[in-house]
Amino acid sequence: MARTLNGRPIVPGTAQGIVLRSDRALSLWGGVDPETGRIIDRRHDRLGESIVGRILVLPAEKGSSTGSAVLLELIRAGKAPAAIVTFESAPIVAVGAIVAEELYGGSIPIVRLAFRDLASLRDGETVRVRAEGSIERIDR
Amino acid sequence: MKLAARDREMLDGEHGEAARFAMSVVVRAAAAVGAETLLSVEQAHIDACALRSRSSLDLIGHLVEGGGRVSVSTTLSMVSLDLENWRYLGVGRDHAETALRIAGGYLALGCIPTWTCAPYQGYLAPRFGQHIAWGESNAVAYANSVLGARTNRYPDYLDICAAITGRVPYAGLHRDENRRGTFRVNIESGDPAQWASPVAWAALGSLVGRTVGERVPVLDGLPPERPSNDMLKAFGAAAASFGSVGLFHIVGVTPEAADLSTACGGRPPAETVAFSTEALCDAWAELSSAEAGEPVDAIVLGCPHASYAELEALVRAIASRSSPRVRSSVQLLVFASAPMVELARRGGLLEPLARFGATIVRDSCPFHVPVVMAEARVLMTDSAKCAYYAPGELDVRVAVGTLDACVDSAVTGEIRGGEPPWRVR
Repeated sequence: MARTLNGRPIVPGTAQGIVLRSDRALSLWGGVDPETGRIIDRRHDRLGESIVGRILVLPAEKGSSTGSAVLLELIRAGKAPAAIVTFESAPIVAVGAIVAEELYGGSIPIVRLAFRDLASLRDGETVRVRAEGSIERIDR
Repeated sequence: MKLAARDREMLDGEHGEAARFAMSVVVRAAAAVGAETLLSVEQAHIDACALRSRSSLDLIGHLVEGGGRVSVSTTLSMVSLDLENWRYLGVGRDHAETALRIAGGYLALGCIPTWTCAPYQGYLAPRFGQHIAWGESNAVAYANSVLGARTNRYPDYLDICAAITGRVPYAGLHRDENRRGTFRVNIESGDPAQWASPVAWAALGSLVGRTVGERVPVLDGLPPERPSNDMLKAFGAAAASFGSVGLFHIVGVTPEAADLSTACGGRPPAETVAFSTEALCDAWAELSSAEAGEPVDAIVLGCPHASYAELEALVRAIASRSSPRVRSSVQLLVFASAPMVELARRGGLLEPLARFGATIVRDSCPFHVPVVMAEARVLMTDSAKCAYYAPGELDVRVAVGTLDACVDSAVTGEIRGGEPPWRVR
């Protein structure tokens, strides 16, 4: 398995953390509690889990256009994931991350990966996200 | 990225801090989606006013203090308050004060106080082909698909930044090539009577939303009767919440789909799926987590905001019941825009609704204003969108049914109806 996966930085940045992987699209609004960072969407396979500090790996975002506002609040409150990695374009979370940087001077990276690479990321493994959009697996 | 001279001035701060901030967000959002140029829009609809959070207050505060002013006609989606009646609805002062500060901020920027998630029902409904920047997923689906206007699913805050600058990334559904249908959905169930209720369209929308991903669906095989605006609203709202549909075509119905070939831009659709009656019935069953006969605590109608026709239909449904009132243990909440409620008042609809025990909530939505009682455990609705979000947002189980079933449940205090509109042969 490749040690480094080459993605495209939708919003560039660096991060390190443990992968929280889902095979289902997620709407941050209605899907994540902005105060706790826990997944509250009853139809989601990771219901009840915390996204705080995790490398959130999803096939896609979906649903509400308020997802950007939820991500901004999560970043402000220190409850955001360390990074979000998706297969499809993710304009809603991208705007949340961009506005956080403009308003608070800090943000999280959003990376787009090829589907095969996305599927190769294992739940619970530790990875590092680099500014140019690559994702490096770290042995633990 | 190619920027016009005025874009550059804004980015350089020559038009004040709010315009600089807004243009910086627009330019960075353009880079994120790979757009090489910006495009002018003629109007905007802002969803960013809905979420009541510290960061939401910080953002609007920054734009107001920075001398922000919208440069195009800009309507507002919901705020987290019924601005006139919150005291009667039992909303706490702390909640109200934050919501009022957010609302005041958007008005200070020059936005129009429409406060509705269904802006296509009223003032400034966009025209065919018009480039606009709309937020609120159901409104986006409706504007693109039913009206033929052009907007992406603008996220909160990019919407207000587009309104201030008048500019958006030239990408996505603004471009001809991305509006072509790519995913044909053939519906096998063609009996017109089975499609007579908006909730049937909502269930279909939930299935389409879960199936198509980022592709543009083209619906084919539906009965030739033209669906009402409310059916298209219910369909789009469901498709946009169960998935991320921003544009759909219905052959013979929506303006860019005179026939299948036109809807697909003159080429065959890349993929086709057929939805059998069984699949539709399964999608219907998936909407509900509560069962017929269980006690119901709250009934939510008007998600998205109720139209005049829907309020009329509710009054007719009430009039046909022998029991005169909502059962005392049940809340019947109807959400609508203030202008629609005023129309309903003039049409004599409010009095029978009040007599029946319905509560009208303006300007807001069950997920943003705390009006559903905290003890509620089971909620019923005729909206697939509401059914999607209610379990997580309100900690309830849900049942979905027709308007008649919702009224029956309000009167009896237990979930009634629940059969799908389609019959498996």
